[in-house]
Amino acid sequence: MSINDMTIRIGGEAGMGLESSGAGFSQALTRGGLYAFGLPDYYSRIRGGHNFFSIRTSPQPLYSHAEPVHLVLALDVETIRRHVDDLVAGGAVVYDEEIEVPEELHRSDVSLFPVPLTKLAEERGGRKIMRNTVAFGVAAGLMGFDLTYLNSVIRDNFAPKGQKVIDANLRVAEAGAEASEPFQTDFPFRMEAVSDAPPRMILNGNEAFALGALAGGCRFVASYPMTPGSPVLHWFAAHADEYGAVIKHAESEIAAINMAVGAGHMGARVLCPTSGGGVSLMVEALGLAGITEVPVVVYDAQRPGPATGLPTRTEQGDLLFVMHASQGEFPRFVLAPGTVEESFRIGWQVFNLAERYQTPSIVLSDHYLAAAYRTIEADALDFDQVEIDRGELLTEEDLDELEQPYKRYKVTESGVSPRALPGHPNAVWVSTANEHDEFGAVSEDADNRIAQADKRMRKMEGMSEDMEAPSLYGPGKADVTFVSWGSTYGPIKEAVDRLNEEEAGRANALHFSALHPFPPEATAALEQTQRTIVVEGNGTGQLETLIRARTGLSMDSSIRKYDGRAFSPKYIMAHLLEA
Amino acid sequence: MVSLRDFNVETLPTWCKGCGNFAILSAIKMALAERDLAPHEVFFATGVGCGSKLPHYMRSTGLHGLHGRTLALATGARLANHGLPVIAVHGDGDSFNEGMNHFIQTVRRNINLVDVVQDNRIYGLTKGQYSPTSEKGKETPTSPRGAIERPVNPPALALTMGATFVSRGYSGELQHLAWLIGEALDHPGYALVDVLQPCVTWNRSYAYAYYKERVYKLQEEEGYDAADHGVAWEKAHEWGERIPIGIFYRDESLPSYEDQVPALQAGPLVKQPLETLTAEQVEALRAEIM
Repeated sequence: MSINDMTIRIGGEAGMGLESSGAGFSQALTRGGLYAFGLPDYYSRIRGGHNFFSIRTSPQPLYSHAEPVHLVLALDVETIRRHVDDLVAGGAVVYDEEIEVPEELHRSDVSLFPVPLTKLAEERGGRKIMRNTVAFGVAAGLMGFDLTYLNSVIRDNFAPKGQKVIDANLRVAEAGAEASEPFQTDFPFRMEAVSDAPPRMILNGNEAFALGALAGGCRFVASYPMTPGSPVLHWFAAHADEYGAVIKHAESEIAAINMAVGAGHMGARVLCPTSGGGVSLMVEALGLAGITEVPVVVYDAQRPGPATGLPTRTEQGDLLFVMHASQGEFPRFVLAPGTVEESFRIGWQVFNLAERYQTPSIVLSDHYLAAAYRTIEADALDFDQVEIDRGELLTEEDLDELEQPYKRYKVTESGVSPRALPGHPNAVWVSTANEHDEFGAVSEDADNRIAQADKRMRKMEGMSEDMEAPSLYGPGKADVTFVSWGSTYGPIKEAVDRLNEEEAGRANALHFSALHPFPPEATAALEQTQRTIVVEGNGTGQLETLIRARTGLSMDSSIRKYDGRAFSPKYIMAHLLEA
Repeated sequence: MVSLRDFNVETLPTWCKGCGNFAILSAIKMALAERDLAPHEVFFATGVGCGSKLPHYMRSTGLHGLHGRTLALATGARLANHGLPVIAVHGDGDSFNEGMNHFIQTVRRNINLVDVVQDNRIYGLTKGQYSPTSEKGKETPTSPRGAIERPVNPPALALTMGATFVSRGYSGELQHLAWLIGEALDHPGYALVDVLQPCVTWNRSYAYAYYKERVYKLQEEEGYDAADHGVAWEKAHEWGERIPIGIFYRDESLPSYEDQVPALQAGPLVKQPLETLTAEQVEALRAEIM
């Protein structure tokens, strides 16, 4: 039976290569003309425990994971124990024949396929670690997916390790596919490659943001590793030499952002990728960037807090924190992409915004968006649209012609003062974390204080105008409007589609990608709704609070989640009844 | 030619009469003028404290940042524009309390900058609390029964971290201090200039009278070899009747951090063109995710 929505889940211990092989199989599905959504689920440990990677695939575009699982690839018995109940009727478990499956884990409507995963990996590949490749070979065989695509991914991804490793992996994938043959008649689900599909891309939110940042001229990245933000630092480190970027794995997030302020002041486009705990350490320097008017971009891939919280899981708990972080008042941007495509777009746009308004800017992602791999169309990352706008930056020639002493903090109507970079004889000034006058000199004068504070905050007017209006998905009028920000976009989009399939006009969604300054169009958009339900991944309703503070409007209801796990379309639909 | 007058400004320092910072300010100007470095040709990174206001009291270019973060700021400035020499100026509290981690890291990275520490062994701006270089037993508002900790030894600590230039100056020896700062500017890596800087208001036991009869110049000692790490280590621990000033240790053979960053081989980062990606680059990046 050919189906159009299938989920394969591979599970085992940390250290078994589940994420890399899962990402690789997702890539193979993409090359085979299918869409994939690959979601890692792991614990904060290097070895042992229980990790899994779920790959949802379909000939139609996907925006989220889904709960029903069709095939479980179990590298250990724990995987069967934890996931056998997630399988649909007719589903199957592929497991290593060395595993003894206890009687209580047998289900009458689920098949058990014993395959010599370890034996094949060792005999045909030479290493036990290749079990994951064997398992995906079995999966390809069972679903009727042409092995060619998996082979092409193996060739590309193992290329740095040499031909021997490539060949070994090709052999074990083939062995897996062969081993699936006796079970193919007992596995009812098929999803074949779509050979005439156009080429597509697959990446996660971290990679998309990094790509956008690089395209937008970011060439200085200072960071201290913190899950789930560190892959952005890794990505830049891997590309630094080729694209002429300086990356600094600093001694702490405090060092990272102070380095970024130093580099940004000199004129580099700077980025500090991290997670909420890292932002906590960066708080004082956010204020430094605010008062010295240095463009700095902080990327916060959120995870559940407080403190260490749930290090490898997802939450949208940092919104009100990053909006207010640091003492005193200064302008800042807070933007939150909802999709991989938007992570790329905001990735470059934020550098223009930060530089145009000479102020710190924060991008909020979260584990679900940052880490999940999603297939997108080949033209979905619009590199042609990318532009680099440095705002009111004085050129060498402008400075050559300057006749008056340079005022770095000149009081202007827009609040933006023409910016020089250090090193020109006509632009000799010292910026300071203290309140200062137009020249940058420390000043405690009351009138000057008002003039400078007002100048800085006036930037918020222009910034507001540059904020993106909330986007509407679905019919213009609907019984229910889901209101959201960040990664909940995907699951909500699918829930909206499903609800409208059941009955036209049941739901639409209003999504905020720009959160601070709050987009002026929000009020009008919200006033056109019938019944609003805010869907957000935190326990206190941070977007809901923000909407009320900014528009005076109370939302009708909410669906909140703070268990560290992402929303799924099914979860949203199930909770709609109670909301 | 750059002259001392080029650094003059009308702003008067907020420092107390007799403060050791005046000599540091003069010495920096002298070193810069002697090397023909104009106010726009050097970048100052400073922190918080009386002394960190120094660049406001001369015509200069710089960033006066947060307490303790001076060297992180200076590192960022260097990595973005290594065409400008960087002088970090901050006190002992900024350097060795709030900023100790950055000190150690900057030393071991060998970032090419001059690190002037205004080491008055006391907190001045916050009114006389003990500092990381205050002697054990120092009685202050935050150590009324005497400081329990033993003091940090800046030159020795820098040596253990692999510093390539370790020196000590004294505010009472202006010419010598100017010479030291000049040598530090010439050094192709991290250069510590720890300055014995009398705080005449809060630390009178370590005022000019104390140092005047104790300091002596290493470079005037017969046969002193600043290339000898062992001797430098010994001298870094000499403190009492005799207190050495001058260059403890110098090794110009090691590359700076900046020298080893591939992206900086094409010149200062901010001098490289900032453009959108080429069609070839976009194709290469797309290929990675197809």
